[in-house]
Amino acid sequence: MPEFVLSGDEAIARGALDSGVSGAFAYPGTPSTEIMEYIQENREERLNSLRESERSSMVAQWCSNEKTAYESALGVSFVGKRAMVSMKHVGLNVAMDPFTNSALVRINGGLVVVVADDPGMHSSQDEQDSRVLADFARVPCFEPSDQQEAYDMTRAAFDYSEAHEVPVLLRITTRLAHARSLVKTKAARAPNPLSKCTEPKAWILMPANAQKQWKVLLDKNLQFRADAEAAAALALRDRSLGVITCGLGLRYYLENEDDWAAERGGARPSLLHIGRYPISGDKIRQLAGYAERLLVIEEGYPHIEREIAGVFSAPIPVAGKLSGDLPLDGELSADSVRKALGLAPKKALPLPGIPIPTRPPQFCQGCPHADSISALKEALADDAEFFAASDIGCYTLSALPPYKAVDSCVDMGASIGMARGASCVGQKNAVAIIGDSTFYHSGMTNLVDAVAHKTRLTVLILDNSTTGMTGAQPTISPGSRLPTLLEGLGVERAHIRELEAHRKNHAINVAAIREELDYQGVSVIVLKRECLEYLKKARQA
Amino acid sequence: MNYNIILAGVGGQGGLSVSVLIARAAMAAGYRVKQSEVHGMSQRGGEVLAHLRISDREIQSPTIPKGEADLILAFEPLEALRYLAWLSADRGAVVAASTPLKNISDYPDINDVMAELKKLPRHRIIDADALAKAAGSGKAANVVLVGAAADLLPIPAEAIEKEIAMVFARKGEAIVQTNIRAFKDGKAQFSR
Repeated sequence: MPEFVLSGDEAIARGALDSGVSGAFAYPGTPSTEIMEYIQENREERLNSLRESERSSMVAQWCSNEKTAYESALGVSFVGKRAMVSMKHVGLNVAMDPFTNSALVRINGGLVVVVADDPGMHSSQDEQDSRVLADFARVPCFEPSDQQEAYDMTRAAFDYSEAHEVPVLLRITTRLAHARSLVKTKAARAPNPLSKCTEPKAWILMPANAQKQWKVLLDKNLQFRADAEAAAALALRDRSLGVITCGLGLRYYLENEDDWAAERGGARPSLLHIGRYPISGDKIRQLAGYAERLLVIEEGYPHIEREIAGVFSAPIPVAGKLSGDLPLDGELSADSVRKALGLAPKKALPLPGIPIPTRPPQFCQGCPHADSISALKEALADDAEFFAASDIGCYTLSALPPYKAVDSCVDMGASIGMARGASCVGQKNAVAIIGDSTFYHSGMTNLVDAVAHKTRLTVLILDNSTTGMTGAQPTISPGSRLPTLLEGLGVERAHIRELEAHRKNHAINVAAIREELDYQGVSVIVLKRECLEYLKKARQA
Repeated sequence: MNYNIILAGVGGQGGLSVSVLIARAAMAAGYRVKQSEVHGMSQRGGEVLAHLRISDREIQSPTIPKGEADLILAFEPLEALRYLAWLSADRGAVVAASTPLKNISDYPDINDVMAELKKLPRHRIIDADALAKAAGSGKAANVVLVGAAADLLPIPAEAIEKEIAMVFARKGEAIVQTNIRAFKDGKAQFSR
């Protein structure tokens, strides 16, 4: 079978292509972005490998946000074809409504929801654990431990979703998403034919139907538990320690296992590896009845550990994140697991005798955002009282020196809502700073609120024609449509200002921002200039 | 055989592409590899770090444990010092480009940085920029650095040269030759 060196993201994308996925949908978000990029890059090749009769429409599309992406995927499933929706962990919050409700419908074409968590917050604002959300929605969750499993589990997740008529959440974390190793692939499967779900009640979640469907889902959970339990691998070996690993935790444990064995005459800890949830717990009980103490190694929240530790004391000691043996925050590493196993650290060279300053990310040289932020900063310079609410994007870097220009950054679209709320209760000079992609993602509805309530608010849309921070993916709508859109949302034409974000226009831009800050209603200033990364990418293509 | 490399630099220096180059050469030489990098915001002038693990057995952790790196390949001298905790006390070597990239206000005195590098038991400092320019392109500094570390790697130099030719083939013969020369010139500084 063909072999590829693939990142975890790419292995999942390859798994989806080989599973006969017909619809793939996503909004960019580190560390999940490369899943869609790989599907888009390899879509043609996959289609060409199919027989003429098997070729049917197959799409791989960026969407406005994770919720719209999820709903498109759901439609694909309804008509019987296989769908994948991929996102970063906080994207699942945006898609939470379709996610939890789709657990109750009778999934037709397999639906796989890939969620890439970012413990350690390399490029995120929190480190929530999507296994908990899978449990919350009562859907099965698969968690690979390496790139090969990422491929195999993607294939298995599609089959499982179809067999059990339920969405399957495939959970990965940053190090799995962005690490590469060899992946052996299996024969590709043809896409499903169109075949609409013929039992409409299974998809119409009115209370009478939903009540039945919820019971169906709860009944299915018995099977999910039994299947996940059967998939868990238990090896009863040395009795002094029972190790429980989940997902990538297995690799950090195995990195150290030889050293543990070397200190104990070759004996190896008893080991239970969990790669699927929810589990019924039989093997945990079996392990606990055999070993003298347990160590739980899982990336993210102490999800399994908390279940084991429970309200009453466990009959044997349970070490993990709750006990403090592993850190509760950040990502796992071979080093933290080594320490939890009671092994001495490897000998490293002494640290340098001089302090090593960090090198924080910064605006690219000539970035249009830098010029927009400079103009805003000067426009606000005379006003001691202002609230500059930023959003999620490269322009969040304006919080750092030398700019230190913004006061907040919370979630996608929050800038407009927060500035509006503050303005409503008397905050002067409430300004929202938001990129074009983030505006389409979640900013528009907040602007509608501001128009409806005639809030005094100045919104800066930094239109760089792309989703820059994740590597310049296309924005869902061209900038040329933005003024019409804003007018349609109810912003007065006279207070929709279009400016070029460039140093040479600094004085003009400062003056325009000052004028709009003085306006009593909603004004939107569109600062336009293309992202340099985007231009570079366009030139290469 | 296990060989662990940390590739450290600043966004835009080509550290990640060199990691791919070495990984491909290692695979062509019959080894298994696992490569790890964090991208996202780190690409914008911040620290860029890749871990490359080469072995003749199955590789477990995607990242290198502390004290287990055989080589730090640093595209900038300050970045060479940032990851010393990962370098093996018994066998770890540092190969660093000498040109500082000062995009932060608190960059230490370069003499202090060099003094720290020279304290290390196994270090090579190379003017990769100058050698790259002499070879035909300043962009080849990352390949000069691979050359400077060539005799430390468990991979035959020919395998690396072959990968350079393949990786740069789509950019034309002149670029291939520039990079081959950059590799050889870097190599000639420390080995034959």
